[in-house]
Amino acid sequence: MSSNTDTLVSNSAAPASAGAAPSRPHFLSGVRWGDYLGVAPFLVFAALFLIVPTLYLVVGAFVAKDGSFTLQNIVDLGTPQIVSSFWISIRISAASAVLGSVFGLLIALAIIRGKLPPAIRSTVMTFSGVASNFAGIPLAFAFLSTLGRLGLVTVILKTVFGFDMYRAGFNILSFWGLTLTYCYFQIPLMILIIAPAIDGLKKEWNEAAATLGASPWQFWRYIGMPILWPNLLGTISLLFANAFGAIATAYALTGSSLNIVPIVLYAQIRGDVLNNPGLGAALALGMIVITAVTNVIYLVIRTRAERWLK
Amino acid sequence: MKHAKLWSWIIFGLGAAYFLVPLLATVQFSLSIRRDTLSLDAYTNVLQAPAFQNTFGYSLIVGIATIIVGLLIVVPAAYFVRLRAPQLRPIIEFVTLLPLIIPPIILVFGYIRMYNSSSPLPLTNSVVGTNILLTLAYVALALPYMYRAVDTGLRTIDVQTLTEAANILGANTLTILMRVIFPNIIVAVLSGAFLTLAIVIGEFTIASLLNRPAFGVYMQNVGANRAYEPAALAVISFVITWGAMGMIQLLARFAPRTAARTD
Amino acid sequence: MTKEFLRIENLVKTFNGNTVVKGVDLSFNQGEFITLLGPSGCGKTTILRMVAGFERPTSGTILVEGKDISPLPPNQRKVGMVFQAYALFPNMNVEDNVGFGLKIAGVGNEETRARDEETLKLIDLPGYGKRFPFEMSGGQQQRVALARAVAPKPRMLLLDEPLSALDAKIRVSLRQEIRAIQRELGITTMFVTHDQEEALSISDRIVVMSAGRVEQFGTPFEVYNKPTTKFVAGFVGTLNTLTAKVADAATKTVTIDGQRATVPALPTSAKTGDVVNLTMRPEAVSLANGHARDIVLEGTVAEVNFLGSVIRLKVNLGAGTAIELDTFNDQRMPPPLHDEKVQVTLSGSDILVLGD
Repeated sequence: MSSNTDTLVSNSAAPASAGAAPSRPHFLSGVRWGDYLGVAPFLVFAALFLIVPTLYLVVGAFVAKDGSFTLQNIVDLGTPQIVSSFWISIRISAASAVLGSVFGLLIALAIIRGKLPPAIRSTVMTFSGVASNFAGIPLAFAFLSTLGRLGLVTVILKTVFGFDMYRAGFNILSFWGLTLTYCYFQIPLMILIIAPAIDGLKKEWNEAAATLGASPWQFWRYIGMPILWPNLLGTISLLFANAFGAIATAYALTGSSLNIVPIVLYAQIRGDVLNNPGLGAALALGMIVITAVTNVIYLVIRTRAERWLK
Repeated sequence: MKHAKLWSWIIFGLGAAYFLVPLLATVQFSLSIRRDTLSLDAYTNVLQAPAFQNTFGYSLIVGIATIIVGLLIVVPAAYFVRLRAPQLRPIIEFVTLLPLIIPPIILVFGYIRMYNSSSPLPLTNSVVGTNILLTLAYVALALPYMYRAVDTGLRTIDVQTLTEAANILGANTLTILMRVIFPNIIVAVLSGAFLTLAIVIGEFTIASLLNRPAFGVYMQNVGANRAYEPAALAVISFVITWGAMGMIQLLARFAPRTAARTD
Repeated sequence: MTKEFLRIENLVKTFNGNTVVKGVDLSFNQGEFITLLGPSGCGKTTILRMVAGFERPTSGTILVEGKDISPLPPNQRKVGMVFQAYALFPNMNVEDNVGFGLKIAGVGNEETRARDEETLKLIDLPGYGKRFPFEMSGGQQQRVALARAVAPKPRMLLLDEPLSALDAKIRVSLRQEIRAIQRELGITTMFVTHDQEEALSISDRIVVMSAGRVEQFGTPFEVYNKPTTKFVAGFVGTLNTLTAKVADAATKTVTIDGQRATVPALPTSAKTGDVVNLTMRPEAVSLANGHARDIVLEGTVAEVNFLGSVIRLKVNLGAGTAIELDTFNDQRMPPPLHDEKVQVTLSGSDILVLGD
């Protein structure tokens, strides 16, 4: 709606320039150049400090040590060390995305359709808004305080229940420890994103299904889940991207014992441990490709799902 | 149908445990520096450390600089897109998506490559230059949130009508922006500002790779060397983040809005 | 021949201390089309939802074909329901929506498809099977919703204000279609609406409700021409109310703004000097023009509303009393002019004697 009223304003601003010469209407017609001035700082900033640096890196992936064009860096990504770091990253991102999605969905369903007091829903939503930004050093410290060797839960399990987690093989400084920690911001993100979709499941659909003889389970199987499914997939994709690019938490928790791609990249930037600046850029390229693709999947799925529900 | 309620409570309970226990554990850990009693020693150690005060102050200043620069960039852009150049909206929205797609580590890597000593804008060569680079990196990180906050604020106050009214009364664009628009979106702006502050204070990756003495770097250092102080830092960090979010919620109640046109 | 299908006995529903349905008794016969008519909040939708099973009665019984259905959950009651908001499943096309009830009942694919086509023909949307809800208009969606409700051959059909979300023209045509389909299927139907024109035009009988109680239960003719309470008279159709003073209770003479008239009946408690309300329909009143009936009153034309086939006139009878009358358009005789002096006449037997 705003575009209607806004174009009215910009169209009425057009006559000054339209009086010049009749020209074919093109994308930028009807806009005074003065208007661009206001948006210019934004666009200049975006170009200089968002787009170009990234492109610079992308291009740098194709540059050899002597400055010539090469695909060698990309090929070098195939070394076992690099491949294994990508593989670990993919596994952690996938694990935390799936776990985060499943539990996030369950919690969202519980607070929205579970007939709990309404105050619970607003509390959980507010908390999720904050917790989804919790990723980082403090989160690692928090989980160390909880499940580390001297952590509260570890100690309670040992003293009260006689169960020594660490002797049984658990270690917070591990793949699953990091995944568990990542869930702390993945689950709230899932809750925030899926809540509107669950709200969109109209009560009348439940009632219509019931009058047609369907049990609650049949409702979910034929109507509820099919409608939520695209949103779910899309959000898993988003959570994957979110985890893939994260580094601070991993750095503080598992350090370089878990060689996820951002950690390798970090070490490379810090001290050229790979002995090959081009390779660093190639690593970055690999990361960007993965996060870009997964984000695009999320956006595409979301737009298509919204069309259904008009 | 009764089963649904029981399961809901169970799931909620498990979720609450997963999210609250680490917070409680952190607080408890932070108070356990002395073997047999609870004490605030970890906190006093941390708060009195000069490194804490320096890095926290540093991050605070950088945060404020980020907010100011961010606003200077975002507010005019949001205003003009809404009012005069709606066809630029898709481009702007695409730009605000970029920081969410590009991981911060990639961003800072790109900066280091592009603005090092062999580039036309050798920002990394000087401390001041690097500080500027850090601030700009944070502006990039906060861009999506700031833009969304300001854009929502503009939409709520029906910027179009206010501008026309001020125009008819003789004001030029700059005056309108400064004396009519900005005061009315202060609440939305402050929301974006608090969010930015929360992001900046705890940030680690960019500050560390640019070698700046930021609070996030300090926290990581403490974590590597001490046992109980990190928990105290984590608690302080949580309190700050929650405080910032609390302010945003509070501000939401004071947001001005005009009736009539909604879009 | 007419068998009782649905019986509601002393139905009461209270929400949080607020009693929305205050003891309702109703009886529907097999194949009847009954409308629950009333303003918002009168309890009509609540009754429908209790019959469907979405609300539990606080007390009272609902018997379908002699059996109490209260212990049954909604998905076992075999009722079809059509909602105001269509509620078509957005992830399924028309065919799958319509066949949903059959699928749940375990009917095979072949037979489902056949019955789908049959039902689509019934609602006049043949060949629409593969369309999705978001590709169709409101009227089309509601027809599909109707098809979906009747496809599993339920024993009763419930419609909750199904036309309220549609454009005026579609409302009129669709209500006729609904009635035609119901006749063809012979299914007992409960229709809820606040639109009295809708109710009058398609129902076998109407339950007029107000504030949780049944005001009147009768055929459209009865409800319109012989309203038993002031509420029914005012809610269904337009009503004229004239304030009159009893001149002589014995001879049943009253004065209306100074003019004398004799009425067929007065409320039993009326005494000479009392003020009474006389009510009558606009079409019962006409311009005298030489054809005077029992009661003749003088007045001036205050408003002329030319509505096409009907002309609605408002005539001032004196200071403060006005009467509305409807006459058919006559091509040979133009309507009276504003401020023209006219005589209006009506039959005493057209005056409605109402309880409160």
